Amino acid sequence: MNSINLLLGVEFWVATIRIATPLMFGTLGELLCERAGVLNLGIEGIMTMGAFVGWAAVYQGADLWIGVLLAAIAGMVFGLLHSLFTVYLGLSQHVSGIGITLLAANLAYFFYRVLLPQVNTPPKITPFQPFAIPLLSQIPFLGKAVFTQTPLTYAAFILVAIAAYLLYRTPIGLAIRMVGENPSAAEAQGINIYSIRTLAVVIGSAFMAIAGAFLTLSAFDSFFVNLINGRGWICIALVIFASWQPFKALLGALLFAGFDALQLRLQQKIGAAIPYQLFLMLPYIFSIIALSVMARRAGYPKALMVPFRKGER
Amino acid sequence: MQFDRRETVPLGLAVLAPIAAIAIALLLCTPLISWTGMPAFTAYGIMFTGALGSPFAWSETLSRATPLMFTGLGVAVAFRARFWNIGAEGQFYLGAIAATLLGTGLLNLPAIILLPLIFMAGFLFGGTLLLLPAILKTRIQVDEVVTTLLLNFIVLLVVSYLVEGPLKDPAALGWPQALPVPPEATLPKLGGRAHWGLMIAIASAILIWILNARAVLGYQMKAIGANIQAALFAGIPINWVLLLTALLSGGLAGMGGVSEVSGLKGYLSLDLSPGFGYTGIVVAMLAQLHPIGVLISAIFIAAIYVGADAMSRAANLPSYLADVIVSTSLLCMLVSILLTRYRVRWRS
Amino acid sequence: MNSTSVQSDIVLHLNHISKRFGSLLANDDISLELRRGEVLALLGENGAGKTTLMNILFGHYTADSGEIRVFGRSLQSSSPKAALSAGIGMVHQHFTLADNLTVLENIMLGTEPLWHLWQRQQNARQRVIALADQFGLSMHPDAKIADLSVGERQRVEILKALYRDVKILILDEPTAVLTPQETEALFTTLHKLTQAELSVMFISHKLQEVMRVSDRVIVLRTGRVVATVPTAETTPAALAELMVGRPIPQPTRQFQTPGEALLQLAAVTVASQDGRPLIDQLDLTVRQAEIVGIAGVSGNGQAALFNLLSGLLTPTSGTVRLYGQVCDRFTATDMVRANIARIPEDRHTTGLIGDMSIWENLILADYAEPAFSQKGFLKRHSAIAHANQIIQAFDVRCPSPFATVRLLSGGNMQKLILGRELSRQPQIILASQPTRGLDLGAVTYVHQQLLNARDRGAGILLISEDLDELLSLCDRLCVIYQGKLSAPMPTETVSLQTLGLMMAGKDKADAI
Repeated sequence: MNSINLLLGVEFWVATIRIATPLMFGTLGELLCERAGVLNLGIEGIMTMGAFVGWAAVYQGADLWIGVLLAAIAGMVFGLLHSLFTVYLGLSQHVSGIGITLLAANLAYFFYRVLLPQVNTPPKITPFQPFAIPLLSQIPFLGKAVFTQTPLTYAAFILVAIAAYLLYRTPIGLAIRMVGENPSAAEAQGINIYSIRTLAVVIGSAFMAIAGAFLTLSAFDSFFVNLINGRGWICIALVIFASWQPFKALLGALLFAGFDALQLRLQQKIGAAIPYQLFLMLPYIFSIIALSVMARRAGYPKALMVPFRKGER
Repeated sequence: MQFDRRETVPLGLAVLAPIAAIAIALLLCTPLISWTGMPAFTAYGIMFTGALGSPFAWSETLSRATPLMFTGLGVAVAFRARFWNIGAEGQFYLGAIAATLLGTGLLNLPAIILLPLIFMAGFLFGGTLLLLPAILKTRIQVDEVVTTLLLNFIVLLVVSYLVEGPLKDPAALGWPQALPVPPEATLPKLGGRAHWGLMIAIASAILIWILNARAVLGYQMKAIGANIQAALFAGIPINWVLLLTALLSGGLAGMGGVSEVSGLKGYLSLDLSPGFGYTGIVVAMLAQLHPIGVLISAIFIAAIYVGADAMSRAANLPSYLADVIVSTSLLCMLVSILLTRYRVRWRS
Repeated sequence: MNSTSVQSDIVLHLNHISKRFGSLLANDDISLELRRGEVLALLGENGAGKTTLMNILFGHYTADSGEIRVFGRSLQSSSPKAALSAGIGMVHQHFTLADNLTVLENIMLGTEPLWHLWQRQQNARQRVIALADQFGLSMHPDAKIADLSVGERQRVEILKALYRDVKILILDEPTAVLTPQETEALFTTLHKLTQAELSVMFISHKLQEVMRVSDRVIVLRTGRVVATVPTAETTPAALAELMVGRPIPQPTRQFQTPGEALLQLAAVTVASQDGRPLIDQLDLTVRQAEIVGIAGVSGNGQAALFNLLSGLLTPTSGTVRLYGQVCDRFTATDMVRANIARIPEDRHTTGLIGDMSIWENLILADYAEPAFSQKGFLKRHSAIAHANQIIQAFDVRCPSPFATVRLLSGGNMQKLILGRELSRQPQIILASQPTRGLDLGAVTYVHQQLLNARDRGAGILLISEDLDELLSLCDRLCVIYQGKLSAPMPTETVSLQTLGLMMAGKDKADAI
């Protein structure tokens, strides 16, 4: 009875959608990179950098939206770096991605400490406030759960639809998919593989950075070390879970977030009877299980992780 | 711009590559140092003396290098077979758990038996942790990158539970840390903070070298890494070799955890590793996956950490600077490796 | 005809093109011209530089020196994009299509500005259908490439070029993967193209086709143009001599009485993971001292048959007998131990490990045997001695057994594989496309090695798409089509036409 109440309560759904938002941004970003054939393991670090840049800008007095914009630009810079290494130089996407993650995260921590050398409790900012959409928020239950969120959450939903449209209904989307499936085929049609891949990685990285910025500017109100805490890696698992399709990615993010929200509530209900670490572990375990279930069915982009070198034989 | 594969890689170039990578990384990081107003040259001077300028500094650097040698070897073994183990951090902690479980009173044995025993246990713990991703990869093609990464977080939560719960040291004034290891489970010191873990790391590297160059298993691992389809066609038992690779790779990282608990820290805590598992990737890449190279590059990286610590204290800079330098080195190394294997031609 | 009109008739000039790959001079000062509405054949054996030249023309490679002029204008930037907009299209030997996308998507890619926010799918669909009708390239625009046959994929490739209004079409070895009947259809299409004033560059190493289809022939040898002749004024024999430059003795097959059955398949089925049969109720016998050929368009179950007997697949039903004994273990190691030599189709991805040394590659199949390892350690010295022996016996051109395999030429790589497999004196030999991509000298060498093995009593199963190769080497021939194998036919009783029809799925009775 209790657990059913837990699921029916509007608070649970509000929380689910809030938790899903950064995962939606991150998964969509990674999906875009991988559709073009580039695995971006820089995601964890880029999210950290985005979280820091967004927060730092607002902490220094910038508007919240400027914070989001600056975060996105920071993400793009690291995306550009990753595409320089993997797209233009054809280096190992695994190692380059890990390198980007280490660099971006540590740079963020470095500047955070430069900004606030001796502070133990991180200072707070005024984050995005929930915005009730007129009329729609009046719908019983749904109105509160879906239409009384912060602006970035609405942006995430819209972005999923835009990404799906771009990917399947426009020339650029066709080019991205083709470059991830068979780059030589795309090249023979006059497509510049390097530009398309770079574009996808840069835009994807901007999404990742916005995912991070959501955490500091919307979900929480401060930045701290280990803030991202594996969310980036979970996004990578979600991309596979979603078979590289935007709407399935949305579904995966919501499912995962629902599970996470449930876990948080169970933790409060059951309390000390079970160590809290077990609850915290559940999202990671869930990701591994979800991966294992989907792995066989996954339709990998054929050229994922295959570097393209023009004129090589 | 075009890349032409070199027919052979000159030895000098191969040796120069990591050195150039670190030098360029240091150069790239000078703006961060100049931030405080300290001239970069002075800063690097402090860094050098702090890391290598005195016997004390050397003992500090070598003790810092020891865990990196273990995780670097573990990563190198796996990467050589193209098994992307990004989970050395978790395997390292699992080794440390093994040391704490067996080394803090469960077994009442003399050091000469107890120490080898807990190293073996640490090897098995670390190796077994990596078996799960390896099995998932070989049985149902689950990408090991994500599973090993996620396991790191799970293991850290296990450690958090252990040091706050069953293994908590009541004498630690409420700090979440595990019971300390008694003298029988402590590695002898070599001088300063350097300890016998270093010798074990060197011995492990030599064994891995022999394995790579002479053993059938090393040949199989290389073949799988170089061309898995041809290895399959030739009848190399890929699944079996990958499981052994995982056991070995995770085991080496696990031994690193044992060495750190038994040799340096004395107890398990959540800050036992400041990312040794991830830095192991940098160490392995700098060494171009060669086991003896891992020893040298671990010392290099440790010197950067120790030196940067000294420098950041002097210049009042955040200690994350060292991590920034090290990760920049990794990216520079990737480019250096490219330049050793390919000739670059620019055209108008 | 005055000189200006001749000038305006020329649509393409290649002037003094040279290109070097490492130590190999692939194109050496090549000049040629292409006229409006003609089929110009570029003839040369594998490795003569034909494909390199066309890849330069289409912008995949950049020439080290030389100039390309299209319709009088110099083609400056070397990229496929520039070539396409200058009116040059190319049908690659290895198709450049994305399998998971539809025909229409493959054709439309790159034809609309990338910043457009929508696609004009309807217009494109109608245009593709119209073009297909006009040139006899029937096609469903919304089919997925993965579901198409090889012949249909080639038609998509041609449509891709026509959709962009190209005036010059390059066809790189277009008939290599087609049945004789599909080849005829392609020639009909070529005729329609030239009538529509398109110019065609037809790359081939097959003399008969070149004689059939071209107006002029340019012969390349080791990267140089050795002759330019109107087709009507030459003969296949003359072209052959120009192409090879030296007489190559053809190996001849002497009659041998086949011995006992070495390899027997009875009603063997291998199903894919989704339950579809890859090979279906297959019966086949290979006896001592004979070569049995499997003809067929690729993708009809050859890979499954080869992988089954290589120990990579297990039969779903049926029995396989080796030397009369029922075989119940299907691993690569078991097959190697059963003294089966396996010569795979793809040297680079399955046959050899490019980044390892020659000696390491030469023990790939039997590194676990006592000759090469002991107690878990490799016997390096005997492995290297073994490598030296093979290098000598099979005349592999290489600096030393420590050289990296990647650096060898295709012919030398194939010699390494032959050396590794044949030096064990195998009883059964499986060979899949053993001469693909090799130059004539190497082809002859491989054929001679196979015939020698047959003459000393080995049974050989030869899978090939090269019908001439099958007809000249095999004692008996079968045709594989959609996983089903025809009854074996003595080679003397089979004609090229029959084979072609059977490869397209006709029964033998109908085919004759």
